[in-house]
Amino acid sequence: MNAPLYLWLIPALPFAGFLINGLLGRRLPKWLVTTVALLAPLAAFGVVLNAALSLFGFGPAVSSLPYLETCPISWINVGTLHIDFSFVLDQLSLVMLLVVTGVGFLIHIYSVGYMAHEEGYWRYFSYLNLFLFFMTVLVLAGNALLMFIGWEGVGLASYLLIGFYFQKTSAADAGKKAFIVNRIGDFGFLIGMFLLLANFGTLTFSEIAEKLAANPGWQGGILTVIALCLLLGATGKSAQLPLYIWLPDAMEGPTPVSALIHAATMVTAGVYMIARTHVLFDHSPFALSVVAIVGAATALFAATIALVQNDIKRVLAYSTISQLGYMFLGCGVAAYSASIFHLMTHAFFKALLFLAAGSVIHAIGGEQDLRKMGGLWKKLPVTFAVTTVGVLAIAGFFPFAGFFSKDAILYAAYVQGTSGKVLWFVGLVTALLTSFYMFRLWYLAFLGKSRSENKPHHSTPWSMLVPLVILGLLSICGGWIGIGRFAAFLTPSVGARPITAEESAPLELIISLGAVGVALLGWWLADIFYRQKPERPAQRAADFPVAYRVLANKYYVDEFYGATIVKPLLFGSRYVLGGFVDTAVLGGAAWLLGGTAKFSGALLQRWQSGNLRSYAAWLAAGAAAVLLFVVVPWSTVLASLSAIHFGVAGH
Amino acid sequence: MNSLLSQDVPLSWYLLLSAVLFSLGIAGFLIKRNLITVFMSIELMLNAVNLSFVTFAHQWHEVKGQIFVFFVMMVAAAEAAVGLAIIIAVFRARATLAVDRIDLMKL
Repeated sequence: MNAPLYLWLIPALPFAGFLINGLLGRRLPKWLVTTVALLAPLAAFGVVLNAALSLFGFGPAVSSLPYLETCPISWINVGTLHIDFSFVLDQLSLVMLLVVTGVGFLIHIYSVGYMAHEEGYWRYFSYLNLFLFFMTVLVLAGNALLMFIGWEGVGLASYLLIGFYFQKTSAADAGKKAFIVNRIGDFGFLIGMFLLLANFGTLTFSEIAEKLAANPGWQGGILTVIALCLLLGATGKSAQLPLYIWLPDAMEGPTPVSALIHAATMVTAGVYMIARTHVLFDHSPFALSVVAIVGAATALFAATIALVQNDIKRVLAYSTISQLGYMFLGCGVAAYSASIFHLMTHAFFKALLFLAAGSVIHAIGGEQDLRKMGGLWKKLPVTFAVTTVGVLAIAGFFPFAGFFSKDAILYAAYVQGTSGKVLWFVGLVTALLTSFYMFRLWYLAFLGKSRSENKPHHSTPWSMLVPLVILGLLSICGGWIGIGRFAAFLTPSVGARPITAEESAPLELIISLGAVGVALLGWWLADIFYRQKPERPAQRAADFPVAYRVLANKYYVDEFYGATIVKPLLFGSRYVLGGFVDTAVLGGAAWLLGGTAKFSGALLQRWQSGNLRSYAAWLAAGAAAVLLFVVVPWSTVLASLSAIHFGVAGH
Repeated sequence: MNSLLSQDVPLSWYLLLSAVLFSLGIAGFLIKRNLITVFMSIELMLNAVNLSFVTFAHQWHEVKGQIFVFFVMMVAAAEAAVGLAIIIAVFRARATLAVDRIDLMKL
């Protein structure tokens, strides 16, 4: 007998927070806004924790996962299609929920300090709670449609928060860009759902899995198409090639938002979705390899761009894209648990890095340019310490969290035959680049001489420090559980990684050593470039001007999309649709309709002359006509006329 | 007296007279420019119809025709009162009774 877990409370509480702050926040005192905003995610986290504890044998026991909670009122009930509001708690969603509500709560605390002096404090927190509501719906959803609701909702929250400083044109534009680019991905998700409905007749994940399990021979074909459509959705939300372009611009939002939505949780929704629908991908080797290639390509691509960015948040943004690429790579070699593992550790250390960056930016008065920082370690010792932890974690040093998860992905890739070696190699190069650009950031921001004009003036409030320290601790020990135990825990949800003949413990050790080796190499290179010989980067840039320019301009991808997609679309909207269709066709049709009415009106108007005698004449004429009709014996006339006609015909 | 009339003057003459009067009324109604003349033309048409009513009533020895005539006369009297009032109002407002110039209903 399952004890009730009250899963519905998890999204409901942040939603209540959203309603209270969103509707009344303007009039509420600030402390009340803060209380509501913090209590909502804390309570949600408590519910999740309660579920987790009962799962592990504390409190009311849950005999079995997945635990299903369905709203008694059906949502859609048409013909054979039944869709419920159903929440599913299994190992996968449990891990994700802990990350979302836990890290989410920490970032809420951080925001209290960070946003303290901002306009629209209540608005910010209502959006943040709204985001948590949709994100938990997305994670808990038992069917694809409900997941889609959450999926769209987090996109909305992301849009609102990127454009939080809506008076700034660049922020408003970035919000629109994120939303529009995501729409392209959502289109893929929608098509995927339609195909699922057409081929499976259901959108419930468990039923899809059952149907596939009943047909083990069903491979590829339509499943590949469905999987690729879902992948398109995932590339949009998770900022993968070719739809990654919105994420760097999303840094226009407040920094805690970048930490929560654009690093730790929302952007990992694509990875989560692939893991959630992994049975489809398992039945389509082609789609899986596409996932792996997209992931590997994105990881390398974004890492190279991150090398030369000067905005601290942009470096982290490209780093996020790159790390998400790792997760896709992991999914692509069917190592879903390794991907989710990396998702979790990444949520810790990337949230940490973003929050630390926010703390730096906050302290030096909004400056984001790495070239104008330097020497901050003395002034911001806590931030420096936690950033160091974060950098070590993302670079993959033992025993920090990133080491375990990144290693698990690299190892899973390596043992997948020849193509796996290529993927592993790309991953390794990416690890080298990751280490390099993260230490570059570290050196530029914290070490060396100060290049800043304005001195740090804000002291960092405790509300910002506490989350930093907690996340720092998590970044250290978040990976200690080890991929073995983590994968064993997740296996009921996402299946076990197929074991290949190449695997062995020594190989795993060698791969780990290789990963740490490249991380050290990256550190060493960054040390040469940015500590020992600070003139080196400029020299290198001068040696390879073309390469540098290409990287600094992010491969001109935005320009390319601008020229190939945005310009033609704008041209089409402005001239073809606007100029021709709207003005000429639609406008012309409206003009024609109006003109016809006007013209016929002008003709009929003559009848209504206002002249009494003409009315009288019409009256008389009408009376005469009626008289004629009544007096003349028409039937006789007609009969005689037809007789004449037949008489003629008779001749 | 009645029988004398019916013997001396054939029915068709009365009807013919009625038709002529009615046509004159119509012609006046259409042609005349003075509103009062138009009004009188309408009265003429009404009385032409009254004549045919009386003729038929006599012909068929029916009282209904006679009664109808009273009705018509009564309505005509009312109409004359209202119509003249309107004409006076129009004249006060526009200082003319020319039908062609009373065209306020025109757009």
